[in-house]
Amino acid sequence: MNATGIGAAVRRKEDQRFITGKGQYTDDVNRAGQAYAAFVRSPHAHAEIRGIDTSAALAMPGVIAVLTGADLAADKIGGLICGWMIHSKDGSPMKAGAHPALAQGKVRYVGDHVAVVIAETALQARDAAEAVSVDYNVLPAVVDPAKVKGATAVHDVAPDNTVFSWQLGDKAGTDAAFASAAHVTRLDFINNRLVPNAIEPRAAVGDYDAGTDSFTLYTTSQNPHVARLVLSAFIGIAPENKLRVIAPDVGGGFGSKIFIYAEETVCVWAAKRVGRPVKWTADRTEAFLADAHGRDHVTRAELALDAKGKMLGLRVHTIANLGAYLSTFSSSVPTYLYAPLLSGQYDIPAIYAEVDGVYTNTAPVDAYRGAGRPEATFVVERLVEVAAREIGSDPVAFRKKNFVSKFPHQTPVIMNYDVGNYPAAMDKALELADYKGFARRKRESAKAGKLRGLGFSAYIEACGIAPSQAVGSLGAGVGLWESAEVRVNPTGSVEVLTGSHSHGQGHETTFAQLVSDRLGIGIDQVSVVHGDTDKVQFGMGTYGSRSGAVGMSAIVKALDKVIAKGRKVAAYVLEAAESDIEFKDGRFTVAGTDKGLAFGEVALQAYIAHKFSGQELEPGLKEGAFYDPTNFTFPAGVHICELEIDPDTGVARIDRWTAVDDFGTVINPMIVEGQVHGGIAQGVGQALLEGAHYDDEGQLVTASFMDYAMPRAGDLPSYTVGMTVTPCPSNPLGIKGCGEAGAIAAPPAVINAITDALGHEHVAMPATSQEIWRALQRMPTQMAAE
Amino acid sequence: MYAFDYHRPDSLRKAASLAATVEDAKFLAGGHTLLPTMKQRLASPSALIDLNRVKELAGIELRGRTIVIGAMTRHASVEQSPEIQQALPALAELAHLIGDPQVRHRGTIGGSIANNDPAADYPAACVALGATIVTNKRKLAADEFFTGLFDTALEDGEIITKVVFPVASRAAYAKFRNPASRYALAGVFVAKRGSDIRVAVTGAGESGVFRLPEFEEALKKRFSPKSIEGLKVSPDGLIGDIHADPAYRAQLVAVMARRAVAKAAAR
Ligand SMILES: Cc1cc2nc3c(=O)[nH]c(=O)nc-3n(C[C@H](O)[C@H](O)[C@H](O)COP(=O)(O)OP(=O)(O)OC[C@H]3O[C@@H](n4cnc5c(N)ncnc54)[C@H](O)[C@@H]3O)c2cc1C
Repeated sequence: MNATGIGAAVRRKEDQRFITGKGQYTDDVNRAGQAYAAFVRSPHAHAEIRGIDTSAALAMPGVIAVLTGADLAADKIGGLICGWMIHSKDGSPMKAGAHPALAQGKVRYVGDHVAVVIAETALQARDAAEAVSVDYNVLPAVVDPAKVKGATAVHDVAPDNTVFSWQLGDKAGTDAAFASAAHVTRLDFINNRLVPNAIEPRAAVGDYDAGTDSFTLYTTSQNPHVARLVLSAFIGIAPENKLRVIAPDVGGGFGSKIFIYAEETVCVWAAKRVGRPVKWTADRTEAFLADAHGRDHVTRAELALDAKGKMLGLRVHTIANLGAYLSTFSSSVPTYLYAPLLSGQYDIPAIYAEVDGVYTNTAPVDAYRGAGRPEATFVVERLVEVAAREIGSDPVAFRKKNFVSKFPHQTPVIMNYDVGNYPAAMDKALELADYKGFARRKRESAKAGKLRGLGFSAYIEACGIAPSQAVGSLGAGVGLWESAEVRVNPTGSVEVLTGSHSHGQGHETTFAQLVSDRLGIGIDQVSVVHGDTDKVQFGMGTYGSRSGAVGMSAIVKALDKVIAKGRKVAAYVLEAAESDIEFKDGRFTVAGTDKGLAFGEVALQAYIAHKFSGQELEPGLKEGAFYDPTNFTFPAGVHICELEIDPDTGVARIDRWTAVDDFGTVINPMIVEGQVHGGIAQGVGQALLEGAHYDDEGQLVTASFMDYAMPRAGDLPSYTVGMTVTPCPSNPLGIKGCGEAGAIAAPPAVINAITDALGHEHVAMPATSQEIWRALQRMPTQMAAE
Repeated sequence: MYAFDYHRPDSLRKAASLAATVEDAKFLAGGHTLLPTMKQRLASPSALIDLNRVKELAGIELRGRTIVIGAMTRHASVEQSPEIQQALPALAELAHLIGDPQVRHRGTIGGSIANNDPAADYPAACVALGATIVTNKRKLAADEFFTGLFDTALEDGEIITKVVFPVASRAAYAKFRNPASRYALAGVFVAKRGSDIRVAVTGAGESGVFRLPEFEEALKKRFSPKSIEGLKVSPDGLIGDIHADPAYRAQLVAVMARRAVAKAAAR
């Protein structure tokens, strides 16, 4: 193995920059003559706007402009879009209400953008924003996704507040499976709403160059090219060739920076309107109110078993809260990113899922780390654990009996699992977790008055999104391939331009490792360029653990072309037949001889072009590629959570965490482990601590870190992380993806452990100490028996 | 934040006279409550009088059977003070449980008790130990000082200069943290000074810190967690929020009281 190649745990190249404060984030960008935007936000969850009086604000010091939805309309700026069409059971298209970047006639959630003030300083803009007087006619708000029918319509196009009533799978077949079942396990639960809370809040600097009539938007984006496409083609800011989008260093996204939001749109539009660059940086309260939230499902799920404990069918009904507007990919998350994962790691002959997507007067909900897959895994792994308990089966044996064992495996819900070894991950996890010692540890806890529990989560996810034809047939508005360009410099150093975008994933390191591995040069000779539509031609960005499986596959294709061209050059220089040129360990050699050239020498020859004529071969060494995957990838694994509950206070303390994941080929084990660690922390956060809470009037109660509990280091144990490897057959590197695994696996593992400790199933997420203590109060007899 | 004037006096006298002359001014100590409130535009004093350079407000001193702590003393200094760790370890432990390291290195004891947040830790120690709050005008017993939710006996422009804590033979603090903010959801400070036993509760009461007479009586008979084992706390008058409703808070108060007594009894 090359010291900096595939499989090497090299340190992240980008960390020096980040740790020493040399990162360049959007808020670090300042343009000459820059002005500042502050948004007037709705204090009401639902109201008509009778009028907006901007005169007092306009008279305040430093104010340059106050713009409203009417100004947007006058400039023919279109509304924000949802890029995935979902059709209801009856064939009708989803009912998408208009989503103007500044309100037009109505506000629909607390924090909705009503107007923008642009002023010389950020403080002046804020002061003036408070002076904008809005005449509201407050309307009743609907907050609970389970109670939208009959409530005041959020959008006129959806009179019962239902965006779609979608289904997947075979209803009749599934009903028949349930009719013949020996045992049915039923559960109702809520997958709690989460606030993404990236450490860097969203920000934008819009700039307009009157000389070239072109715009530049610096923004916190996970996918700048998609942002440009949407801003151009749908919102109508400018043609793509007149709009440059730059996403510099970005401090975390977790999905929330995929979407094209109002504030960024307004900044770039307003830059031309006021003739000044316009900057906006969200404060934390704005992030809580107006970033797209995650999850928020209300679900009833049922699992049918035969008399021998084999799974016969799964039936799920979910109400998915989409919030007040359809965010960019919101419709796909509770549908095609959710229901196709309901087979889990199991061979289930019949599955039927119904999902109602509903509007409420709350912030829009969209993809958040895992996006649909954590929700699906929660359904499956809670059902499986409870079913095992109900039929008196060991949870491990029950899972093993039902695991998919032959590959490829076609599930009843679209997915074709290509490869995996589920029992192997389970066995390794049991060993690492010292499962045998659990009974003893439980007795010891009991002696100390504590309740110990252990919970499993055997998760699967679909990553590497996705084959463009397949997602197109399911309603996606775009293809989901990735692009790469490899530019070799005359001295042999390399720039890799990628359509993926790094906002914490470590691409500058892992992508360089791939190049190092293939070209036999050190990672220091490789620079990764991303996040600028003027540099990288096109790309689909980073989310859904796609950058390894899709983004790096595109790089592999481009590298193959570079090597092929290098052989041609080497053949001329070495005066040998091209077919005799071999490339290995960074050297082009003539087979069977010791004649050869280092990669850098060939690069130089390609550029000086002295050894071949322009008719025979083009000079230069630069190749590009687009890679469209042929299948999803299917990372899977087993997480085991062991925890101890203090019955006096209800506090659940996680004692041990074991994760065994199969991510296929691993490029950098240290980075992968880091992704697992962060994912588990987020998943534990959802399970124990986090929850966005709106009151009945639609006010966000948890609008700051004083009330919204994020996991801290002290809330988590040291993890035991192991791996099994079955390389993915559908992409050249065998990569599956690792970014979301922890967040997907963790919540059911935690809840299964808590319910195991308590001996009953009724614990909601977040399972705060209060929730657990209340659960204990509901069951005095069992407690006494402990 | 709205614009404001800023004053930085270097003596108590100058600070007091500024407070008397500048309209609508507020004292700035660690700023960990005041500045976020101003940033959120919930407070808009026209001027700040920064106490950070006022020499008379600094320092920790062991004077006989009392510990005297200057109002501008940071929580971290209390936590790390060898005198306090030796003479009144419960107070150092309490300081250690406040917020996080950043908060402990900025927040001050004077600011904390002047603010009288119902979830703040120090008020429980002040009341349980029978502390005296000294201002530039007078001395106040803790029982009279804390008058309600975010309310104290301080008059306009009055400056806390120090807090005087009698040393207790046995004392301990048990805190159940709010998982988000780390303030107290329920904090109980137990102190035994001779025959005087006090149990003070913070984080839980709708009008701030309060005492548990029933627990105090039981402990006077015998200072042991056994004495209060069966005792319950009434949820009436307790705070209810998303983190803990009154019934759960009542449970936490009782449990924290038992834990504090167990710790104090072992000292
Ligand atoms: C994230 C976070 C977590 C926290 N967690 C905890 C916790 O767990 N437990 C806890 O007890 N506290 C906690 N705090 C509060 C913090 O510890 C401080 O005690 C508190 O902010 C007040 O102290 P300060 O010095 O910052 O005062 P400031 O914010 O400067 O002032 C607060 C108020 O007191 C007034 N004031 C200040 N000094 C004097 C004086 N000498 N005389 C008269 N008036 C005065 C000011 O005018 C102002 O009205 C937390 C704070 C934060 C931000």
